[in-house]
Amino acid sequence: MAILIDTNSKVIVQGFTGQTGTFHTRDMINYGTNVVGGVTPGKGGASHLDRPVFDTVKDAVAETRADSSIIFIPPPFAADGIMEAADAGIKYCVCITDGIPAHDMIRVKRYMRRYRQEHKMVLTGPNCAGTISPGKAMLGIMPGHIYIPGRVGVIGRSGTLGYEAASQMKALGIGVSTSIGIGGDPINGSSFMDHLVRFEADPETDAVVMIGEIGGPQEAEAAEFYRDNMKKPVIGYIAGLTAPKGKRMGHAGAIISAFGESAAEKVEILQECGVTIVSKPSEFGTTVKSVLDSL
Amino acid sequence: MEIHEYQAKEILTDFGVPVPRGGLAYSPEQAVYRSHELGGDAWVVKAQIHSGGRGKAGGIKFCRDDDEIWAAADELLGKRLITNQTGNAGKIIHRLYVEEASEIANEYYVGFVLDRQKERISVVASSEGGVEIEDIARENPDSLIRVTVEPAVGMQPFQAREIAFKLGIDKSLSSQAITALLGCYRAFRDLDATMVEINPLVVTKNNHLLALDAKMGFDDNALFRRPNISELRDKSQEDPREMKAADRGLSYVGLEGNIGCIINGAGLAMATMDMIKHAGGEPANFLDIGGGASPDRVAKAINLVLGDKNVRAILVNIFAGINRCDWVAEGIVQAVSKIDLELPFIVRLSGTNVEEGREILKNSNLPIIMADTLHEAADKAVAAWQDYEKTQA
Repeated sequence: MAILIDTNSKVIVQGFTGQTGTFHTRDMINYGTNVVGGVTPGKGGASHLDRPVFDTVKDAVAETRADSSIIFIPPPFAADGIMEAADAGIKYCVCITDGIPAHDMIRVKRYMRRYRQEHKMVLTGPNCAGTISPGKAMLGIMPGHIYIPGRVGVIGRSGTLGYEAASQMKALGIGVSTSIGIGGDPINGSSFMDHLVRFEADPETDAVVMIGEIGGPQEAEAAEFYRDNMKKPVIGYIAGLTAPKGKRMGHAGAIISAFGESAAEKVEILQECGVTIVSKPSEFGTTVKSVLDSL
Repeated sequence: MEIHEYQAKEILTDFGVPVPRGGLAYSPEQAVYRSHELGGDAWVVKAQIHSGGRGKAGGIKFCRDDDEIWAAADELLGKRLITNQTGNAGKIIHRLYVEEASEIANEYYVGFVLDRQKERISVVASSEGGVEIEDIARENPDSLIRVTVEPAVGMQPFQAREIAFKLGIDKSLSSQAITALLGCYRAFRDLDATMVEINPLVVTKNNHLLALDAKMGFDDNALFRRPNISELRDKSQEDPREMKAADRGLSYVGLEGNIGCIINGAGLAMATMDMIKHAGGEPANFLDIGGGASPDRVAKAINLVLGDKNVRAILVNIFAGINRCDWVAEGIVQAVSKIDLELPFIVRLSGTNVEEGREILKNSNLPIIMADTLHEAADKAVAAWQDYEKTQA
């Protein structure tokens, strides 16, 4: 059983009938993901992509026993959709939406504290490419064919850089247990560390690749967790060596605004904590291979 | 999005933050007129640009009479002010703010930030005002007071009191200080700010509390619901290349190197720029064409990069997931076939419809250098740029 999603996951799509939702749901179904329905408020009772549409997430969960959700709701309403999923008892939610106001995410994070740990929904994203357990299920917008099943976990902020890493690994015959996009926003559902915990406990994962970038404290926090709590090797890369201070590099969260947030500073912290560094982004595959060979 | 000092002060005044009286001026005549309006015998003429460090860069002038005000305004207006935060290009001064001068007894630092660690709004304060917060954090970290706000209830008066007392603000001004702190918080929360900085907050010699400088930043993702804030945008303060890109729906950051970059995805863009650096070059820009880019959007991106005079070579790196390599290739052909391409042009395509994309570029007979991997792309781009420089020398 892979972490977060598996062949058994029952998935609903929030923002199901929109153009983006439709396009990617088709891809997920083709990949083999068990999509059991979707939610578009006001369109309940209709059928879309041969699956039922519901007005609310609660209705969808009651009817389909869905445990997972993926969100394609436009930015002004996406935070509301996340809270609706949490309230309906969804266990795992991926939010793809890019452009959610940071203050909305503060509210989401505060709202989620109402649930006890064992009932709390796991949220990845927003502003991410989603999660894939190759050969099992895909809850995201990535091209599924660039991943092969295997025993390396991947956690990354960026979609396309994650694809680059996966394809370099695939070229060397290295597969992925689960690849998780945590997204490029300053306040996100879950951090690198949250998923290092899962991978450390996952019997199907031998090593973890962590693809970070400039801005924020999460890479450093994850490195310290690795140093103090992990036995499995972690391989890290930080994008944004050439990024100037105070400039937002595409992602809302990719901005150096405090000490310790530049790529060079983060690499230093990772190194001090014993993380194996991918020194160039062309060396994801070879670095992972040498770590796996030494196990 | 950033705004000017005078705009931030206008906003904060509405939230109960006391600021010195002042007026905006676009000319020396107007600056002098403003000082007459304000009265008194000393004024400060302040350059309005989107940057800190204005004082050290000579952008803030203390004046005692009409002639001094005229001279200060005349010198500043139209000048590009280079501070430690603007980069070499500096920022142009089109507006001045003329303020009554204040006699300072004590200076404090107060900043409200979006705290990414705590995922809440935090307040940072220090009794070492007038200095940049990074310097305080480095040289006197113990002087920093930190308070985090619980979002469900907002900032509470006891938290503001704690800050005011720890700063050592005179007790006769406590209630003013508390009103000001709570006002800053409400402005931050109600307007989707990402930063509110009062540096310095001062107590004057005649015992008034004043926000002498004010800076606010706003969440671009929330501007759709803050039309009054969007209106404050001053395009003259932005890199013209970035402005052009934003108007075309592209995410772009101008840099000072000379290899132009066109990439999909922010992470891959940063990584490609890192590769260029490793290969011995410097990127001219960050540019993310986004997902599902049409040939037209790709062509616009290429034209934008070609329009940058610093660019001496171009690297297109696409790992298509929800993009299509054939569309990207069509966009390249569309843009490049219209011009007499002199600069080396390197393309690496990977992912969805890669074969079709390569075929389109091959059949176009354009002088495009193809690369298969990220490594090869960066090496070829830097080598081609170096060769190009030799032919130009």
